[in-house]
Amino acid sequence: MSDVVLLAKNVTMRFGGLTALNDFNLELKPRELVGLIGPNGAGKTTAFNALSGVYAPTEGTVSVGGEVVNGRRPNEISRLGLARTFQNIRLFKKLSVLDNVRLACHAKGKSELWQALLLTAEHERREAEMEKRAFELLDFMELSGRADEEAASLPYGMQRRLEIVRALATGPKVLCLDEPAAGMNATETAALMKLIHAIREKFGVAVLLIEHDMRLVMGISERLVVLDHGVTIAQGKPEAVRKDPKVIEAYLGVEEGHAPLDPEKA
Amino acid sequence: MSEFLQHLVNGVSVGTIYALIALGYTMVYGVLKLINFAHGDVYMVGAFAAFYIANALGVGDSPTLGKTLLVFTGSMAVCAGLGYAIERLAYRPLRERPRLTSLITAIGVSFLLEYGFQLAPFESITSMEFPPGPTPRFFPELFPRTVWLQIGEVAISNIDVLSLLVAIALMIGLEFIVYRTKFGTAMRAVSFDPQTAALMGIPVDRVISITFALGSALAAAAAVLVAISRPRIDPLMGMMPGLKAFVAAVFGGIGNVPGAMVGGIVLGLAEEFVAGYGVSSFRDAIAFAILIAVLLIRPQGLFGRQSVEKV
Repeated sequence: MSDVVLLAKNVTMRFGGLTALNDFNLELKPRELVGLIGPNGAGKTTAFNALSGVYAPTEGTVSVGGEVVNGRRPNEISRLGLARTFQNIRLFKKLSVLDNVRLACHAKGKSELWQALLLTAEHERREAEMEKRAFELLDFMELSGRADEEAASLPYGMQRRLEIVRALATGPKVLCLDEPAAGMNATETAALMKLIHAIREKFGVAVLLIEHDMRLVMGISERLVVLDHGVTIAQGKPEAVRKDPKVIEAYLGVEEGHAPLDPEKA
Repeated sequence: MSEFLQHLVNGVSVGTIYALIALGYTMVYGVLKLINFAHGDVYMVGAFAAFYIANALGVGDSPTLGKTLLVFTGSMAVCAGLGYAIERLAYRPLRERPRLTSLITAIGVSFLLEYGFQLAPFESITSMEFPPGPTPRFFPELFPRTVWLQIGEVAISNIDVLSLLVAIALMIGLEFIVYRTKFGTAMRAVSFDPQTAALMGIPVDRVISITFALGSALAAAAAVLVAISRPRIDPLMGMMPGLKAFVAAVFGGIGNVPGAMVGGIVLGLAEEFVAGYGVSSFRDAIAFAILIAVLLIRPQGLFGRQSVEKV
C-alpha cells in the first residue's frame, strides 16, 4: 500500500436519484501524472469532491497515503496529503497573496493562539520559517513580486497559479488540479503545462489533472482516465485512449470523426 | 458646553460596552453566518461569574488590584468556556441544517440561560447561592469610585477611565489577533469561504470554537465593567444590552470587526444625546430607530459590503 498515494475503490456518488459518479476506481503512485478527462458534466469534479472530502462517497472507499478517509473532514484529508485547486478559482480574495499561501503552510504546522499572543520565540521562529517557505513557493511560480497585494487584484492567470501555490503549500503528496487551464489562451496553457511538469519534478508530488480539453492532457499525462456520465469508459496510455471508439464517441458523437483529437493537428 | 461634555463622556463609556458585546455578535456571524441571540445572556453570565468569584475572594472586605484582575480574568475564562460549550452542544450538531434552525436554537439557549438563572438556588448542593434566582444581586465594590478628573462641571471617575482603557486594550488585542496572527487569518479565511478553508487544511471546527470563546470572553469583560459602575445585576440584565449590541453590530456592518467597534460607540453616543437633550424615555427607542434606518438605507451597514448571494 505504501507506494500508492491515492486510491479510490468502487467510489459511487449519488444525489437523490442521480448517480453522478459510478463505480470509480483510481490508483495513483508517487510522482505519477494522471489526467482525468471527459466531456462537460461527466462527473470529473464530482470525483474530485469525493476524493477531497467535500462529499462523503455514497459507496466505496477513498484512501490517501494508505489511510481510509471516507467521511473524514476535508482539513484532515488535507493533512494526510491531498491538496486541490478549483475549477472556478476560490482564493481568499480579501487576503493578501502571501497570506493565502501562508495560511496553507500553517495548516500543517502546529501553532497555537496563546503562543502568538505571548509572542514566544518558538512562535516567531516558526512564523519566519513559514514565511520563507511561502516565498520559496511564490518565487517558483513567479508571484513573489506581488506578495502583498490583495489576491483579488491579480490578473486571472496569476490567480490560477496562486491557487496552485496555495495547494502546494499544504505539503501534499497528491495535487489535484481542476481544469487549471480554463480560460487561458494557447500560450498561457502551454506555459502552464510545462509548469505542472516542473512542479512534479521539484516537489515530487503525484498530479491528478482534470481537463475537458483532450489535446491538452494528451501531451502531458502518463495515464488517462475517461469519464462519461459518471462512468469510467476508458483508461490507459494516452495513445490507446485516443483511439478508443468509446472515447471518440463520448467527445464527438459518432459522425464527426476523430481528427481534432490528434495533437499534431492542434 | 459642560453638559455636552458630560454626555460625551457617558456616551463613550456606554458605547465601549456595546462595542465589546457587538464584537462577539460580529465575529460569530463572520465565521458561521449565525446571529447568536444567546450572546446577551453570555454577558449576563459574565456578570454573575464575576459576582461569585468576587464573593469567594472576599473582595468586598479587602479590595486589591490582584483580586480585581482575578475577577476579570476568571469571569472571562468562565464565559469563554460557556461560549465554547454552547457552540459545541447547541450549534455544531445543527450546522448542516437550514440556518433558521440554528437561529431558533440560539433563542432557545438564550431562554435557557435567562430562566435557568432565575431558578431558586440549589442550596443543598452548594453553599453558594446558585442559580441566583430572580431577585437582583449587588455586585461587590472592587475598588472605591473616585473622581479622577474634574473639568468644570464634568466629572470623570476612575471607573470611567478604567472602563475605557480596558475596552480599548481588549479591542487592540482583538485587532492584533484578527489581523496579525495565524488564527486571525484562518478566521478571516473561514469567514470568507469555509469549504475552501477546510480543503486547504484549516481546522474549521477549531476556528469556530475559538471564535465563540473569544467573543464570549469579551462579553464577560463588558459585563464586569458594567457591574463595577452599575452594581445591580439580575438574570435578565443581558436582554437589552444584547439587543443593542446587535444593533451596533448591524450598524457597523455585521461580520466586520472595526465596524462593531464604531457601531457600538456611535450607538452609545446617540443614546446619551437623545436621552440628554431629547426625551429620556427614548433612550432605548433610538437603538431600534437606528436599526430600522440602517436596514432601510444601508442594509450592509457602515463598513459592510453588499453581499452577493452565492448560488
